[in-house]
Amino acid sequence: MRKLTLALSATAAAAVAGPALAADLTVSVEIPRLSGASYHRPYVAVWIERPDNIAVRTLAVWYQQTANNEGDGKDWLKDMRTWWRRGGRAMTMPADGISSATKAPGRHTVSLPGARLRDLPAGQYVMVVEAARELGGREVVRVPFRWGGANTARATGSTELGAVSVTVTR
Amino acid sequence: MKKSIARTLAIGAALAALAAPLTAQAHRAWLAPTATVLSGSDAWVGFDAGMSNGVFIPDHAAMNLAGLVITAPDGSTAAPENMMRARYRSSFDLHLTQAGTWRVANVMSGVVVSYKENGEQKRWRGTEAEMAAAIPAGATDVSATRSDSRIETFVTLGAPSTTALAPTGKGIELVPVTHPNDLVAGEAATFKLVRDGQPAADLDVTIARGGTRYRDNPEEMTVKTGADGSFTVTWPEAGMYWMNASVRTPAEGTQMAASAQYNGVVEVLP
Repeated sequence: MRKLTLALSATAAAAVAGPALAADLTVSVEIPRLSGASYHRPYVAVWIERPDNIAVRTLAVWYQQTANNEGDGKDWLKDMRTWWRRGGRAMTMPADGISSATKAPGRHTVSLPGARLRDLPAGQYVMVVEAARELGGREVVRVPFRWGGANTARATGSTELGAVSVTVTR
Repeated sequence: MKKSIARTLAIGAALAALAAPLTAQAHRAWLAPTATVLSGSDAWVGFDAGMSNGVFIPDHAAMNLAGLVITAPDGSTAAPENMMRARYRSSFDLHLTQAGTWRVANVMSGVVVSYKENGEQKRWRGTEAEMAAAIPAGATDVSATRSDSRIETFVTLGAPSTTALAPTGKGIELVPVTHPNDLVAGEAATFKLVRDGQPAADLDVTIARGGTRYRDNPEEMTVKTGADGSFTVTWPEAGMYWMNASVRTPAEGTQMAASAQYNGVVEVLP
């Protein structure tokens, strides 16, 4: 009984503490299910740009983390052409908290506590999501949003990406 | 351990070079000319041959051109010049000394046998004649597949002709209804696929245009061959196009399993 109480209060504490620790910026990215003889999961990059197209922060890069007999997963980072030119080529991969394996079709979220963006001045930005697929196409979806105050914005891709939404909770 | 991995990779690479078209995940094999329509009393054409995801983008492997057969407009066999093998592409030149259409093809055939010996999975590749001697008597789970691969393109000096295009009766081949060096954007072209000389019905033909690096959509097309093996494609725009078809038939009675693959490159002019 005592244990149960403890467990309950721990859960309650987590629930209360939730908002403070939880994400202050959440990006939801939908990878559509595509049919085809040789489907490979797309490479995806998520980054923040200023309205004048200057990249300020890469939040996520999903790519093949290992080498196989065709080469190293990093060999194809350049196929995310826009991200590569605007920021990727100046970064070193893998990057802590940013890079991870490719994702299956479905909804995926990238969440950040505000603390990780504390040097980002409040203002208008664009969340950019780019997907590039082996033997497939490439698509960039741009979602304008505001940093510094709760707001939600969304856009939808048409080929390589589905719905993309950005939620700022503070 | 490291050594055995290296050896496995080396064997794998060698097999891949020979048998590239056999695996579903294989990279695309292409033999691309620098020009297809030429005039004058003689002319030179260069060719690049490689295997990669993006057709005509040499970024994966050079092609082994051991099976290169060049047929001159009069049906005789011609030799390539300036052959070289670079990291990601093999290249050669052809001196067109006769008017008419030349067929340039890399043709490979053989047998792939997978079997178990003392519980160990093994693979052998060679000719059908060598097969009996090469497979140990104690082999179990023996599975043999005959494979025929044709990777080709066509170039024409002067007016197109068809002597060099006569099918050999082996593997998948393209029989022109529309001449493969007479293709124009916006117009329909019809070709017939034959397998071992017989109409190849119901095959999926993948058609991909080069230049994917400069656009976001691959813009591939797939068409099916009819009962007579023919298919028709209307070229959406000018460019170098890659056409692919493959087929597998399971073993039946004493007949071993067979696979055949066709890769053709044609140029469509504006």
